[in-house]
Amino acid sequence: MANLKTVSKKSKAQSMGMHTEVLTGRTQQKFFNPDEAENFYYFGTYDVDFNKRTELDVKDMTAPEANKEIDNLMSQGYGTIVIKNPQGKHSLGVGILNKLNLIFEGSLGYFGMGSCDGPIVRINGRVGWSCAENLMAGKVVIEKNAGSCFGAAIRGGDLICKGSVGARTGIDMKGGTIIIGGDAGAFTGFMMQRGRIIILGDVGINLGDSMYDGTIFVGGEIGSYGSDAVDSELTPSDQDWLKRKLKVAEIGENFDVSKMKKIVAGKKLWNYDNLEPTEKKGAI
Amino acid sequence: MCGIAGLIHRGKSSNVGSELQGMLQALKHRGEDSTGYALYGDTDGKNFIMRFKVGENVGEGSSSVMEDVSVYDERKKIVDETLAEMGAKVVKEERTLPYSLRYEIDYDTKDLLDFSQRIESIPGVEILSMGKSLEVIKDLGNAKMVCDRYSLDKVVGTHAIGHARMATESGVDIKSAHPFWGYPFSDVSVVHNGQLTNYWNNRRVLENKGMRFMSECDSELIAVYIAEKMRHGATLEEGMKESLTGLDGVFTYFVATKDSLGMAKDTMAAKPLVLYESDDLVAMGSEEIAIRSVLPQEIDTYDPFDGEVKVWQI
Repeated sequence: MANLKTVSKKSKAQSMGMHTEVLTGRTQQKFFNPDEAENFYYFGTYDVDFNKRTELDVKDMTAPEANKEIDNLMSQGYGTIVIKNPQGKHSLGVGILNKLNLIFEGSLGYFGMGSCDGPIVRINGRVGWSCAENLMAGKVVIEKNAGSCFGAAIRGGDLICKGSVGARTGIDMKGGTIIIGGDAGAFTGFMMQRGRIIILGDVGINLGDSMYDGTIFVGGEIGSYGSDAVDSELTPSDQDWLKRKLKVAEIGENFDVSKMKKIVAGKKLWNYDNLEPTEKKGAI
Repeated sequence: MCGIAGLIHRGKSSNVGSELQGMLQALKHRGEDSTGYALYGDTDGKNFIMRFKVGENVGEGSSSVMEDVSVYDERKKIVDETLAEMGAKVVKEERTLPYSLRYEIDYDTKDLLDFSQRIESIPGVEILSMGKSLEVIKDLGNAKMVCDRYSLDKVVGTHAIGHARMATESGVDIKSAHPFWGYPFSDVSVVHNGQLTNYWNNRRVLENKGMRFMSECDSELIAVYIAEKMRHGATLEEGMKESLTGLDGVFTYFVATKDSLGMAKDTMAAKPLVLYESDDLVAMGSEEIAIRSVLPQEIDTYDPFDGEVKVWQI
């Protein structure tokens, strides 16, 4: 195992501005190498054709039945699936570890699109609490509003809500990007560790409370700053990135990003200890 | 975890009993220890409707004791005598279950405090609701069970709030079930999802001011807290706004009066609420599926933000 304590060179993620801390001690970080793509696969994933399209009416299905049917359709090679009548059901579209073009014609309840890795999802409706929790990669676009804990603990991918979202958006997020077209509630970015959140509208109290790292961009008013969340300078490269991201997200294309506020961790709460419990015992 | 739901039709009446049953049944996974309805029915507004109980439906975990029906009969007899002494005339009497009664009372008063204190001084008797439109019906079981037991599916009115309860802080019995009547105010009811952490401090203060508590359920505090504010001249909305700082903990709650329905969410927005609002209907619940039971078509809904208070009129 490489001794990362001696590694001084910035990692790719750091140079991209995804996070700023230097990884030391027992922490190790591995990055995906496209040249080794064939070595990365999930058991139970399928080769699908985006041009092969089908519809699935889930009105009279339970969430497990609907999710099983989505899996079944992917196994038949369908790469574009349109879900009809989701009607606010919970836990729809969870655990998809596949490339897939998934469209919901309606709203989802709690935990929609949780623990996914790879699909491109458009939800023509609203989503409840904890949408796209633990998203690893892919893109999820919500046309209307979203509930609380939006994008909780995501590790990658783009999560876009064109409307407003509830409280604790991006709580514990570890990577990826969350983009909000409207307003966001209290405790946005609570304990976030990496990644970026963009809010074009206003945001509630305790923004970025106890955030370890990562960046939050706010276009509107801020209710209040959370513990250890501080302002930072909005650089030209930040503005370029924001413009690009908003364009790709089909949201706020003409938004004046130069007036956005940039919030990062003040790092006053950082007090890490690399000792194992057994080592601590020995030290005492 | 509990579930709450409410709806208000503006400018018309509807089958609110059946609609609320559908909403609460959709939330039954959030708790089915007990379910309660506060229905604001269409009445002529002349008589008071008193829903009261003379005993308990005792469930697992309850501190209440199952009693013989003869005990209920004896309590009912004392209630009848007390009403007669106060000059209150029972116009219509229904006894849905041995322990649960509904009286329509011809009684001319604006102060229900003395009236309620006298009725509730009878051991084992609790007024579930008192008003000229409000009827609180609550019992053990899920929404459909309670609705069927009390034949609520045909109740027509303007608005309603309800609660599907998973008992955590107090027993599985009717006295701890929601909704709570905003004693001693006519036609005021409350349902709550969450946990209040300064319950005992507030309770002691309010009891010293003469307010009454019938259970040890923290949610009852909201009804009493707001009733006490209104007693001193605050409007419903003012009382609800004060509660955001006066009550500590996590909560989303609904309050209904004869002609209005309100919601409040704590400053951490820790408890869920999804809201649909149009010119003729407001429907809200802990989860979107509750709203979908009355509005299956695609609609625009949203989560109210932290510290938000809203009140709608019929």
